[in-house]
Amino acid sequence: MQFMLLFSRQGKLRLQKWYVPLCEKEKKKITRELVQTVLARKPKMCSFLEWRDLKVVYKRYASLYFCCAIEPQDNELITLEIIHRYVELLDKYFGSVCELDIIFNFEKAYFILDEFLLGGEAQETSKKNVLKAIEQADLLQENIDFQMRLFAGVMVPNLVSESSGLFQN
Amino acid sequence: MSDVVEKTLTALPGLLSLDSQPGSNKLSSSSKLGNLIRGITELTSKHEEEKLIQRELTSIKEQVSSPNTSMRQMKELMVRAIYCEMLGYEASFSYIHAIKLAQQGTALEKRVGYLAVSLFLNESHELLLLLVNTVLKDLQSTNLIEVCMALTVVGQMFPKDMIPAILPLVEEKLNHPKEIIRRKAVLALYKFYLIAPNQVQHIHNKFRKALCDKDPGVMTASLHIYLQLIEENPEGYKDLTTSFVTILKQVVGGKLPMDFNYHSVPAPWLQIQLLRILCLLGKNDQSTSEIMYEVLDESLRRAEINHNITYAILFECVKCIYTIHPKSELLEKAAKCIGNFVLSSKINLKYLGLKALTYVVQQDPKLALQHQMTIIECLDHPDLIIKRETLELLFRITNAQNVTVIVDKMLEFLRINKDDYTTIDLVGKVAELAEKYAPDNEWFIETMSTVFSVGGDTMQPDIPNSFLKLLSEGFDSVEEDRKLRLFAVDSYVSLLQGEPGKLPQRFLQVISWVLGEYSCLRADLEVDTVLRLLAKLLDMKTTSSETKSWVLMAMTKLCEGGAGVSVARGVYETYSSSLDTVLRQRAQELQHLSQDPELRARVLPRHTGLEPLEVDSSLSFLDGFVSEALAAGAAPYKPPHQRQEELAQAKALSLEPYGLSLPLSMSSCSITDRQSPTLLSISSGLSGNSNDLSHKGGLRLDGVKRVWGREGYLAQREPAEESAHVEVPSTLRSPSQQGVADGSHSQTPTHTPTPEPELEKQQLASSLFVGLGSHSSVCLMGKSEPTPQRFRRKARSPASSSGASENVSHSLVSPPITVDTLMCNNLLDSHITSEPDVSPLEQTPPLSLGLAAANGSCDEELPDSDVKGSSPSLIGDDALVAADPAPHEEPPKDLLLSSYLPAELSGLSHSEITPLSSDQSLDLSACHVHKEGDLVLVVFIYNSSDSDIQQILLELDSEELEVSCECDGAVGGARGHSVAVCQYSLSVKRPSVHVELVGTVSYQFPVGTPQSGQFSYKLPLSSFIRPLTLSTEEYGTMWLDFSHDTKQNLTLISDDPEPLAASLSVLKKKLQLHVVEIIGMEGIVACRLLQDQPCLMHCRLHAGTLAVWLRSPVPDLPDCLMYFCQRALQEH
Repeated sequence: MQFMLLFSRQGKLRLQKWYVPLCEKEKKKITRELVQTVLARKPKMCSFLEWRDLKVVYKRYASLYFCCAIEPQDNELITLEIIHRYVELLDKYFGSVCELDIIFNFEKAYFILDEFLLGGEAQETSKKNVLKAIEQADLLQENIDFQMRLFAGVMVPNLVSESSGLFQN
Repeated sequence: MSDVVEKTLTALPGLLSLDSQPGSNKLSSSSKLGNLIRGITELTSKHEEEKLIQRELTSIKEQVSSPNTSMRQMKELMVRAIYCEMLGYEASFSYIHAIKLAQQGTALEKRVGYLAVSLFLNESHELLLLLVNTVLKDLQSTNLIEVCMALTVVGQMFPKDMIPAILPLVEEKLNHPKEIIRRKAVLALYKFYLIAPNQVQHIHNKFRKALCDKDPGVMTASLHIYLQLIEENPEGYKDLTTSFVTILKQVVGGKLPMDFNYHSVPAPWLQIQLLRILCLLGKNDQSTSEIMYEVLDESLRRAEINHNITYAILFECVKCIYTIHPKSELLEKAAKCIGNFVLSSKINLKYLGLKALTYVVQQDPKLALQHQMTIIECLDHPDLIIKRETLELLFRITNAQNVTVIVDKMLEFLRINKDDYTTIDLVGKVAELAEKYAPDNEWFIETMSTVFSVGGDTMQPDIPNSFLKLLSEGFDSVEEDRKLRLFAVDSYVSLLQGEPGKLPQRFLQVISWVLGEYSCLRADLEVDTVLRLLAKLLDMKTTSSETKSWVLMAMTKLCEGGAGVSVARGVYETYSSSLDTVLRQRAQELQHLSQDPELRARVLPRHTGLEPLEVDSSLSFLDGFVSEALAAGAAPYKPPHQRQEELAQAKALSLEPYGLSLPLSMSSCSITDRQSPTLLSISSGLSGNSNDLSHKGGLRLDGVKRVWGREGYLAQREPAEESAHVEVPSTLRSPSQQGVADGSHSQTPTHTPTPEPELEKQQLASSLFVGLGSHSSVCLMGKSEPTPQRFRRKARSPASSSGASENVSHSLVSPPITVDTLMCNNLLDSHITSEPDVSPLEQTPPLSLGLAAANGSCDEELPDSDVKGSSPSLIGDDALVAADPAPHEEPPKDLLLSSYLPAELSGLSHSEITPLSSDQSLDLSACHVHKEGDLVLVVFIYNSSDSDIQQILLELDSEELEVSCECDGAVGGARGHSVAVCQYSLSVKRPSVHVELVGTVSYQFPVGTPQSGQFSYKLPLSSFIRPLTLSTEEYGTMWLDFSHDTKQNLTLISDDPEPLAASLSVLKKKLQLHVVEIIGMEGIVACRLLQDQPCLMHCRLHAGTLAVWLRSPVPDLPDCLMYFCQRALQEH
């Protein structure tokens, strides 16, 4: 895989992961053009694109587009399932994930992606194992947090998001 | 206590302002990131957003550089910086802080630090060097999560030069008890392999171990490496086929834990990876393909659930079945499967169906016939992607009969297409088809005109180039050539009379060239008219100056007689003062040549036909001028590289920048890492470059070429061109008649009356798929078959034109093959004639196969020892990765054998005698003997049977070695219970850490069938290393001359008072290096690979390690030697 982009229906970039070294200018150009191309496509159209010299696989979940660029010999359908598995992972982690979860906790979304794909290749496809790895790291942090909070006596209130889940589409 | 309170108090403000993700993962509105995001969504204009982000960035910048910022705050700031970068605003000031955070933070902070680094930097960024230490520290951490983080970042990016620093640590992780660590380590090594394959070549056997890992995740990860390795060298991994097949069988059979299921399909990613590997292994290899037939069949059968994921597997399966050696039963099933794709109502599957059809249609054109109606539907699909893929399919099935319809469809698509990449690609394809299958002149010219107008100025320059070449070189019939040119002239004149302003520049250039060359063919066309049309082009505002010079050239060719002169004068007056020097020159030429008909006739000869003009490429006619100038005191000419060299000598310090500023293609030689680029490499780089330049200007040269004599720029073209002229039978039947026949065929559908649109489709189908029936399938399958190709180019001598590169590559490839086969034949032939009762090897395939399996290979360093160690793996014991060395019954004792060493070798040191292979009658063993200028392989053949063997034939081959035999391959006979000895001299062709020989032995008893067996012998490169005695000065000059180098820090022998001397003496003892001199903290060492392949080493004590720098003229040698030095010092 060459890169993965997540962007909203309005064309706002939500996540970007590049597995090939490119300069910033090139990245921006690709992102801009690709977002335009994908957004211009109608819902019933094919999820695969031959775009420039790349093959692009995209899928829309609720208001969010997931878009991967792959090498010509790669399998498009399995890439589509990679996207789906990633969404499943996000959904499981955040609990009925919505776009807002990804906007406000994008670093978490990156962590999950890094556990799932490494260097552009599927690293671990077992849902359980990916989430276990993430949760272990979270746990470590929470232990530290907990100790800190115990001392400081500070609790931060939580807010529940009010957007529709990605899977409800 | 007060201490703690104080700490808490200082941490308090930071905590208050922080987001701190509590147990639930929902967003927290109070975070600064939250505020920022909310702030942005409330804004309405881009301008306001920009202002807000700039403010944000300024505040982040202030805080990150403040010394009071805690790591915790830093983490939060980093997240905000990442967000700003994602929105497209630069936050490069934060990069260094991201590295700092990764280094100093704890747990989540560190994780954010690493994340920021991996998002901000790419692997060539210089700041990444600062991360190396952090990674090193974390890899050694006892905290698993930190190790994971480090491996994750390493698997994504790591500076290539620093790989040696962490490689041992990553390697060590392959044995880690936790599977997640092992998995990440494997992927990190995969990354290393991708960016620096040399660095990891010594751990290939560890990859095998990863493949046998008991955790399926680790095994899956190792497949990434194997896919890459096998792609590069399928031959080297054939022995793994059974293992891959076994794994796939178990996966398909559901033997993996449920965790690996995806929508109740077992490990689909793994399955696809394995199928791709099998596809590579089975390509063009019948015996390997046979191993996988069964599992492929099962995969097809098992994939029955109607879900995307099963289709993904099926698609890969089909691809594999059509790539490997065909089996009709499987092909049938695969074809049915493709049908399911094509006929599916889901658009994604349809797309893949078309793709699969495109892939297989050359092998199985009937499949396209089967699905013709679907293809027609897809051709009119509203989704351009589907349409495009369909055209791709049609392109593959084009023949002389359906070309007009298919090209029509392609041009139709081109007119609505807006994507430049697709246009360029498709335009090229149309041009290719038109040239290959054009039914007649009119169609060809018209199609090319459309190509030029649609393709515009983005198309590949070789399209107009080859079109013009085609016109100028002509075909086989003079009359046909004339007609084609005439038609081109007619059609271009009428185009110019229309609206030439709308035509792309490239097309105008083509038009003006054609008119300049051939408008005289049309007798009734006034030169004046053409000149006026061309002059009109000059006056258009849109015409580029490049086109103008083409136009002026054309006018120069045309302006004959009175009218011409007056037009020429008009043009001259306008352009003689042009700012563009090229135009000014062209205008001058036009003016002069139009006034001097005699000169014009000499410079621009008409109707020269194919006779090449003689061009004096050495410019000897200038000799007089040069000697005059020299006599008058001018400096002699120096080629650029010489000037550069002198400059370099004059200012030794400023050398690198100059070296860099040269327009060299750095890929060819590694000048950048050199301290002193030598004269030689620069000049080669330069000449390569100038070639490139002349190629780039190809279009212009082509247009101008004719003017100065066709062969002007191609001095190497052989005069034998005429004789190479090949008579090609031209298509006899009239093309237009054929067209009519096709038309009538398509208008009389054989089906019963159908509704109107249906009818149309069927007509289209019959015209599209004409010629695809079984009778003509041969012509379709091999496009090289004598298709009725109209514009058959004349046979040309190699290196004469655009086909040159192709020819060259052919000639490069083919000789070794022919040599091989020749040699092989000769060997066998002589063998047959001398010993008629011993049949050649090839006639005993089943037996030799069996023997090979029984004998296996014997390596000095057997990788399978640890392979077998990991028993509870996925691969059953029955499918061991490497072949098991067969138990040897009672081979002759080592001591005993060494007494058979030839007398002249007996005093020299030799390696341990290792058994190679054995069967009921022959035992083969071998050792290598170190001679000073040579390495001799001695093979002992022990006949353990009672009867005599008259003739034994040994054949040895190696990719890395040159093997020369001292006994002609035939050993002669061996009496019962006696030993025959055979010697081979070895030298290195291509350095590799371990080099391997594979060999075949074949023999026959007086009574009985011929027997043969295979074996392999592996030896380390270090056996070939000899000391190289040099003086320090010689060393100095050689050092600068060598281009391949590597650097690494090695462990020092530290328990010695003089560590440098001790380390070097170990190297000297173990590797036979020659220590040239030790100067203080530095030492220089030299060695050679047998006779003439030197390698120099420079060592320096540095921070408790030995910094070693190796250089050699031989690629890969430094890397290999580094490996041995590392081993030698570690083992000490």
